[in-house]
Amino acid sequence: MTEQLLKGNVAFAEAAVRNGLRAYFGYPITPQSEALEHLSGRMIEEGRVFLQAESEIAAINMVYGAACTGVRVMTSTSGPGLALMAEGLSYIAGSEVPVVVVNMMRGGPGLGNIQPSQADYNFMTKSAGHGDFHPLVLAPASIQEIIDMVGLAFELAEKYRTLVMIAGDGSIGQMMESAELPPMQPVRDTVPEWAVSGAKGREPNVVTSLYLGAEKLEALNLRLQAKLAEIKRNETRSVEVATEDADLLLVAYGTAGRICVSVLREARRQGLNVGLFRPQTLWPYPEERLSELADQVKGMLVVEMSAGQMLEDVQRVVQGRVPIRFHGRMGGAIPMVDEILVDAESLAKEIGQW
Amino acid sequence: MTLIKTEIPEGMEPIYSYPESLTRLSTHYCPGCVHGIVHRLIAEVLDELGVRENTIGVAPVGCSVLIYNYINTDFVGASHGRAPAMATGIKRIYPDKVVFTYQGDGDIAAIGTAEIIHAANRGELITTVAINNAIYGMTGGQMAPTTLPGMVTTSTPTGRDCAVAGYPVKLSEILAQTAGAVYITRESATDIVGIRKTKKAIKRAFLAQIHGLGFACVEVLATCPTNWNLDPWEAMQWSREHLGGFYPVETFKMTDEVKALKV
Repeated sequence: MTEQLLKGNVAFAEAAVRNGLRAYFGYPITPQSEALEHLSGRMIEEGRVFLQAESEIAAINMVYGAACTGVRVMTSTSGPGLALMAEGLSYIAGSEVPVVVVNMMRGGPGLGNIQPSQADYNFMTKSAGHGDFHPLVLAPASIQEIIDMVGLAFELAEKYRTLVMIAGDGSIGQMMESAELPPMQPVRDTVPEWAVSGAKGREPNVVTSLYLGAEKLEALNLRLQAKLAEIKRNETRSVEVATEDADLLLVAYGTAGRICVSVLREARRQGLNVGLFRPQTLWPYPEERLSELADQVKGMLVVEMSAGQMLEDVQRVVQGRVPIRFHGRMGGAIPMVDEILVDAESLAKEIGQW
Repeated sequence: MTLIKTEIPEGMEPIYSYPESLTRLSTHYCPGCVHGIVHRLIAEVLDELGVRENTIGVAPVGCSVLIYNYINTDFVGASHGRAPAMATGIKRIYPDKVVFTYQGDGDIAAIGTAEIIHAANRGELITTVAINNAIYGMTGGQMAPTTLPGMVTTSTPTGRDCAVAGYPVKLSEILAQTAGAVYITRESATDIVGIRKTKKAIKRAFLAQIHGLGFACVEVLATCPTNWNLDPWEAMQWSREHLGGFYPVETFKMTDEVKALKV
């Protein structure tokens, strides 16, 4: 395999095809529509299912239906579309069917704009629908990483029979980068035993999220919580840059995390011992490692393209052990290296490291 | 729930028996409700077509949310109104399997209007059975999209004022206009003749799917004695007179291919 120049939206869509995606249902929305366009050709070429739905509500319910048959199925959208899907996401979680959803976040609230944002963090990690559940949320910072995360997303969705979301943003979707796609995998032809396929020679299977009676629904919830606890134990992921000797820790994910690599380089050039902690899973949040780092560093600077949503998770983990500062841009604005550096320097002075 | 047993004495041939596609549970429906009747008709049709083991049903939200307890096939449970979208997802994965939705009037003609119209318009190879009793049964008798003008419900206490609450939705008439629909009919399951006609229509609708002809929907005029405050017998009469008076029992669309099907 060789590297090629790929646009983020096309890259994750093609990665899904190569990971044996059996069906895609979606509705156009900027900044992810290239994914739907790419799949409209590729899925048909491969003899698989592509359908443009009449709304995101219909799209997620088509996904839900296909997921009940146990096949690899996904959709992709952006914030306003994800909001319409929230109903379906909750049913998917309650029914324990494997589904992958890519959200290329854009500026909000409301119609907002189509520029990159990270303002759906709370929505995806904490409140993707009614009831007690969390999707597993992966956050890529490059085209190569979103390609790799598509394969991982399907594996995790099927391993845990759970909803996995990829939290990209407009810039991950729209930018082009050199990256390598995975080799082509065939569509899996086995049917999981829980799936609907026609009750031939067996008792009927019913896939539903309806559990009448408090005891039954509590039992489902206990099972879901146990599963989430297992996901928390096994699937927490993060990457670090120069944390070994860091006094000041940048904490950022996705595009903001990528920008922070430039901040780190510049800060190091100026003699600041800066490190970067970049969560790759937003839920489960990499609490344990961040907590260890809180005992090592003397201050943290959280950088987000939001009003400070992940910030609250960082504060929760750090529990006041070190000062935490926040640098956020909203509404589609992207944090600038120079501006982040100013905040990093001022925090460094405050903690006596500069 | 009560288990109903049918035992055939030795040496005797059954001339009428319990459908294999119907489970042996007694239903939770109120006396005089026609859900149980229509469930049985679907079960008989699945038996006669020999497709029980090749069928996937999509359950709605409403009184018939537990239909999978009674129809003996694989089932999924949709969110309110989204059954046609879920059925689409399943049918696209399994073009050779029989996929049907069973929906009430609130489910299909209010919250799920978009999903049913687009599924019909795509000519989705699914079968839909839509029960119209002009009221929200499960939530306690509120106005449905199909509630008749002037009809008293718990959310139209002085009767449906169409100038305020809008007009009753004639779903079959709307669906008949979609290019992808091949068979759209309205039946009534409140007397013997109507029940027999309803069964024939359901069978035709399933056959349309099995022969790959297009989308088919059977709307069934029904009852809700509990929320209409009528006894079962009165409810059947009220349905025929008032629902039947407003919603004509007729076939709105039937292509030549569907007409040619041997039912």
